[in-house]
Parts: sequence; structure tokens; C-alpha cells
Amino acid sequence: MTALAARLGSPRQALLAVAAPILGILAWHVATSGPGYHLIPPPWDVAVQWWDLAFGGIWDDLYSATLGTHALASVMRVYGGFALAALVALPMGMLIGRIPVVRDLLDPSLQILRPIPVTAWLPLAMIVFGIGPRSAFFLVFLGAFYPILLNTIFGVRSVEGRLFEAAAMLGVSRQAVFWKVVLPASLPSIFTGLRLGLGFAWVVIVVGEMTGVQTGLGAIIMEARQLSRTEIVISGMVTIGVLGFLSDRAVQLLGRRLLRWSPQHG
Amino acid sequence: MGETMLAPTPAPGPAAETMLPILDIRHVGKRFAFGGETITALSDASLRIERGEFICLIGPSGCGKSTLLRMVAGFETASEGQLLMWGKPVAGPGPDRGMVFQDYGLFPWLTVSQNIAFGPIARGRPKSEAAATARRFVEMVGLTRFADAYPHQLSGGMKQRVAIARVLANDAEVVLMDEPFGALDAMTRERLQEELLEIWAKARLSIIFVTHAIEEAILLADRVVVMSPGPGRIIADERIALPRPRDPTGVEFNALRRHLSGLLGSLH
Repeated sequence: MTALAARLGSPRQALLAVAAPILGILAWHVATSGPGYHLIPPPWDVAVQWWDLAFGGIWDDLYSATLGTHALASVMRVYGGFALAALVALPMGMLIGRIPVVRDLLDPSLQILRPIPVTAWLPLAMIVFGIGPRSAFFLVFLGAFYPILLNTIFGVRSVEGRLFEAAAMLGVSRQAVFWKVVLPASLPSIFTGLRLGLGFAWVVIVVGEMTGVQTGLGAIIMEARQLSRTEIVISGMVTIGVLGFLSDRAVQLLGRRLLRWSPQHG
Repeated sequence: MGETMLAPTPAPGPAAETMLPILDIRHVGKRFAFGGETITALSDASLRIERGEFICLIGPSGCGKSTLLRMVAGFETASEGQLLMWGKPVAGPGPDRGMVFQDYGLFPWLTVSQNIAFGPIARGRPKSEAAATARRFVEMVGLTRFADAYPHQLSGGMKQRVAIARVLANDAEVVLMDEPFGALDAMTRERLQEELLEIWAKARLSIIFVTHAIEEAILLADRVVVMSPGPGRIIADERIALPRPRDPTGVEFNALRRHLSGLLGSLH
């Protein structure tokens, strides 16, 4: 109970956490309500639109009650691209971190590829993977890949030398050192990489879904923009924010469980 | 510490144990290449250590005492000479020579018990046996209440108790200690010195203990080996015949202290 309370923070903290969004919405309301034409719809219109998008029953147009489908499509792409990125980046990072030949072979190329923003890959992705979900998937993968890779390399390389000596004098064989020492010691960094990677996957989802897919939160945002349905644009943005926040929270909880031993995470 | 229970002492070495010292360090030297220069960290060090002896290596920094210890541990190889354990050359680190580091070197992701069970498990002992061993040694060092705590939750003295327990749980015959109490406060340090002597006496351990504190060396050791820098070498090997527990305020103790201070002081 006390642990849960500590996790949620004090009432004061909770109050402060909601104070900023409420003030923001108030300012938004004041700026967009009243006489005259506003390009940006007021918060209440967005709330109504969001409700219709989620559950229908208000406008009953093409978008009513479709939020679930779009959100699910985006979630699948985010987690799919993220999972694939983890699958490639984790072993690759461990090899680069542990084996000098692999490092010399791959590290310079990766350093050149890394600064290229995901958006710059968009045209090429569409040529290679075609218009559709595969390009979106690739871009999400790319967004999640580098944070996972770099943090894994860092984690594996920064294991304290003393721990290798301790393991050796306790009888750990050279082959077992990786599983017994390197992997557990680098878990906090790897975990940070995974968390950042998942965050980036959410960040690039809209770009990824600009590749002409039919469903997805990014897809409806782009489509609604062309139709000047700005309420839908904002509803999509809010949904991405909330889903990204929830998924980060879930990962953080998992981290606290797995890394109870680490003073930074426990 | 209370009643201590220890693993049965390992079977005595070869039949010729009576003749063979547990450690025989013969004319050992160590040179490092350092920026194109060769630095002699240790030169022509010889030392015979019998089973059950408590040796303190003492000397100013740069005298090669840690280098010598790390060579016995197998972390460094000798540039010349031979290091023999039970007559066989030391080849790399091994569980028969347990090291206690000044900075503990505990595995932060393992609890106290898991840290102590780590060695037995790494050497292929069944989990249940390793757990029983860990329980015994956790109790021996008085950390039963903290068996499930992680290292970052422990004080320095407690961490060093875990570090000692984990080499004993792993059947170390020789315990190598590199200024193990150097980072602890004076009271904790005194307590641990007493506890170490108790464990040493019961487990027939051989201990090489590196320190730069003269008093600590006289308090603990059967023999104090004095080393000098530039290049590192052994300059004296003094037997401390005082009965234990030793009284640091006693007359003989003070005479020894003066004698060793003189030896160390003449180095500058």
C-alpha cells in the first residue's frame, strides 16, 4: 500500500501534475472560443469529436467509432517495429560491445547512418517497401533501433572491470562470463535503451503512417488534415500521447520489478 | 560473530604437504611497459608461506605489494620467476585463491545470499547445496537478517563481510586481501579485524593481507613482510611472536611498531 502510494506520488504531486494540463486547456479555451472564426477548434469541440471517434453516436460519419481500429493498427506497428528493433539491436549491440572485430567492422558505418533522421528515410522506404504498412513498420523499426543499440553497446562496454576479476577468482569460466556477469551488469543500460526505443517508436508512428496506409492514428491525422477536420487531428494527437504515456509507464513498472537491485531503478 | 560453523577444511594437499609450502614465491619480478618505458613494479621477490599462516604485506605505495598479491591471485602474470601453489605453478585466477577487494567487488544484482552462493553455483554445485552453503556463511558473518538485501542497501562493513563469506563459501584455501578494511571507519575496522582472526583460526586459512597500516599488520600477522619501492622489493620478513589477542598498547607491540616504522621510515 505504502509502496503503491509512493509510486503514485503524494497528493500534492498529483495535483501539480494535473495543474499544468488544466491551465493549458483553459488557455486553449479562452483563445479559441467566442466570436470570430478560429482555425483551431476549442477544447470542447475536440472532446465531442474524440467521443464520436471512439464510440460514435454523435456525427455518425465515416470516422465515427473507428478510433479503436486505428489505435490498434498503430499499437501493432509500434510494438511490432519495436520488437523487431530489439530483436536486431540487442544481439548486435552485445556483439559490438564485446568483440573488437565486430566493433571495428560495424561501428563507423553505424555512426554515419545514425544522424540520418527517420523522415529522410521516408522516400527510400516507400521505394523499397512500397506504399503501405511495410514502410510504416520499417520506419518505426528504424526509430527504435538506435537508442536500443547504443545503450546496449554502452551497457556491455561499461561493466566494471572488478566484476570480471571477482567472477574469475570465484571459478566462472571464460565462456560463462557473458551470462553470469556481462548481461546482468548491463541490464540497467539495456533497459534504458528499450524504454527510449519504445518512446521513439511512438514518436515516429505518424511519419511511418504517412506512407499511405489506410488505418492508424498517423493515417487519420494526415487524412483529417487534408479534409480540414482539425478536431480529428487533435483527437489523434491526444490519443497518441495517452497511449505512449501508458506504454512508458508499463515499461517503467516492469523495470522497477526487474531492476530492484539497481539504486537508479529500484 | 557468535558460534561459527565452517565447511570441513579441504582435504590436505599432496602427501608431501609437510614439506611443501602452500605458496612458494620464487624470485618473482614484474615489469610493465608504460608509454615506451619499462617500469619495474617488483623485482626478485621470494616468499614461502606455510599452510595456516597469516602474512601481512606492508609498504608505501609503489612498493609492489598489490602487484605481488594480484600475481598470486592470477590476475597478472610474472615477468620472471615462479609462483607455486602446493608445488604447482599458478595459472590464472581460481577458487582456491579467494580475493577480497578493498572496493568489495560484489555483484550488485545479487542479494547477499546469492552473492555467497555465486561461486559454488559457478563451479557446478547443485542449487540446493549452494543455498545451504550460503545460509551457513551468511550466519557465520552475522548477516542473517540481511540475507535478501542487495549490496547497495548495505554498509561498507557489511559488504566486506559478504566479500569474505563468499570466498570462504567457495572453499578458498588462500585468502588474498587487498587493503580490505582501508575504506572502513575505525570501529568497523576493529570489529572486522577481530572477526577475521576468529575465522582464520577456525578455518585453518592461509591469508595474505596487504595493508599500509603498521598497527594493523602487527595486530593480525604471524609474519610481517616489509616492502620498499623503486623498484618494488622485499626488504624484511619479521615474525610476530606475540600471543593473540594482541594488545596494541603493550610494550612489545610498541617495540615492534617502532622497529617497523624505522624500517619503513628509512626508505625515504
